Amino acid sequence: MYDEIVLAGFGGQGVLLIGKLLAYAGMKAGREVTWMPAYGPEMRGGTCNCTVVLSGRPIGSPISKSPHGLIALNLPSLDKFEASVRKGGIIVVNTSLINRMPHRTDVTVVPVAANEVALECGSGKAANMVALGAYLGASGIAELESVKAIVAETFAAKPKLVTVNHEALSRGFALGREKAPAGAVN
Amino acid sequence: MAKKLMKGCEAIGEAAVQAGCRLFFGYPITPQNEIPEYLSARLPQVGGTFVQAESEVAASNMLYGASGAGCRCLTSSSSPGISLMMEGVSYIAASELPVVIVNIMRGGPGLGGILPSQSDYLQATKGGGHGDYRCLVLAPSTVQEAADLVMDAFDLADKYRNPVLVLGDGLIGQMMEPVEFKRSTRLEDLPAKSWATTGCKGRERNIINSLYLDPEVLEAHNWKLVRKYEEMARTECRHEFWSPHGDADVLFVAYGSVARIAKTAIDALAEKGVKAALFRPITLFPFPGDALEKAAARVKHVLVSELSTGQMLEDVRFHLGKHRPVSFYGRVGGVIMTPDELVAEALKLAGKAG
Repeated sequence: MYDEIVLAGFGGQGVLLIGKLLAYAGMKAGREVTWMPAYGPEMRGGTCNCTVVLSGRPIGSPISKSPHGLIALNLPSLDKFEASVRKGGIIVVNTSLINRMPHRTDVTVVPVAANEVALECGSGKAANMVALGAYLGASGIAELESVKAIVAETFAAKPKLVTVNHEALSRGFALGREKAPAGAVN
Repeated sequence: MAKKLMKGCEAIGEAAVQAGCRLFFGYPITPQNEIPEYLSARLPQVGGTFVQAESEVAASNMLYGASGAGCRCLTSSSSPGISLMMEGVSYIAASELPVVIVNIMRGGPGLGGILPSQSDYLQATKGGGHGDYRCLVLAPSTVQEAADLVMDAFDLADKYRNPVLVLGDGLIGQMMEPVEFKRSTRLEDLPAKSWATTGCKGRERNIINSLYLDPEVLEAHNWKLVRKYEEMARTECRHEFWSPHGDADVLFVAYGSVARIAKTAIDALAEKGVKAALFRPITLFPFPGDALEKAAARVKHVLVSELSTGQMLEDVRFHLGKHRPVSFYGRVGGVIMTPDELVAEALKLAGKAG
């Protein structure tokens, strides 16, 4: 199993954080992992992204020109990375901020109104968690409970945030699962 | 200690602390700011001191002084900042002091850019500052190896009383990977430094100096340094030879982050019926030339790849001789080659380009 996922959005939407959660979950599951942020000039006010690789063997390149998955939290991210996603891959689209669907027909598209769902969970800031949950639901690459445990560790000092983020992950997960391609999840 | 997910830069900082380093002097520059950021919080926890100097020149001279006083000390910077430090590094090498310097390289020349590069190879391995001297140079390829080599760097610096340079790039510095700190040095276990300027009450004065106005004395000092570098070449060369698919036709020669990309390319080439292997120098000075010669003797084609216009290439050609064809593929300016680009180069060499 070798999975490369690009997570992208505006600076401040928390894409680096959900990338780290995914990498941590992979590490706890005994896989090799890398997390690589794009730290170029594009970070300033524009899009922000990171690449997470999860693998059963030591990882060569930590960056990818053709990832298996994309989480796009805003339109510039979808515009930039849509074409790169591997055939048969998964694209999570945050429809709260993206007013178009992907043009691709050879990938699984998971539309989620991440900001609205997050607001219903108690905070619009948890949109990143909804999107991550949706990707987990559609891809099955890491256990939801494992990611939740890491969130609980990460935000141990702020129990309120843990509740909101857990709810956001669960809601996203359910939405992702509905769209899961056959064979992706057990 | 359990595995942690850490950025390369943070792991370098923690490794320095575990190695008994208690002093850091530096000046901020991307893409290595996480090293000083980490140590500014971490060093005070262990009774150490973090100093943001007024400039890189100042930082390198603070390092000179702290090392002269016998302390394990560190500085880190990125390419343009390392150039500024060269005054101090030359003096440190001349005075035979142990320091560790980390260069997380970015694209140059000049201010260049902030993205990963390997374009300081020649500066790192051929001296860097003025005068006849060398730094021992270690090049990690993973975050774990960055941590391990930083710990080794402090021991090697003490062993040879010489600056040790850990040469990474923006990719190694910014990437997160699981890392484990395998050993922890207790300060009381560090070897005594009888040469250090620690206060001379009851003993002869120790003098740390790089000024030798008598030419014959200076000449003798230069040859003494050379004998030290020759000893490093005999005992410290390190490399990795990676050949998971059997006898290879194509040998990649790459270090640091490019070596990782080559490994991905080597697996992809195996699926296309081309057997390739990797020779990865871990010490860049001393360069593991004898081991390279042996590895290259078994293959048809040698392909050097770097994030430079061909710097390590010069050492590879020197060791393999002018009659041995050596191909080169480089990307620069912060552009990183993809595994596919290396696959295409290897297929061309193997005569199997489609």
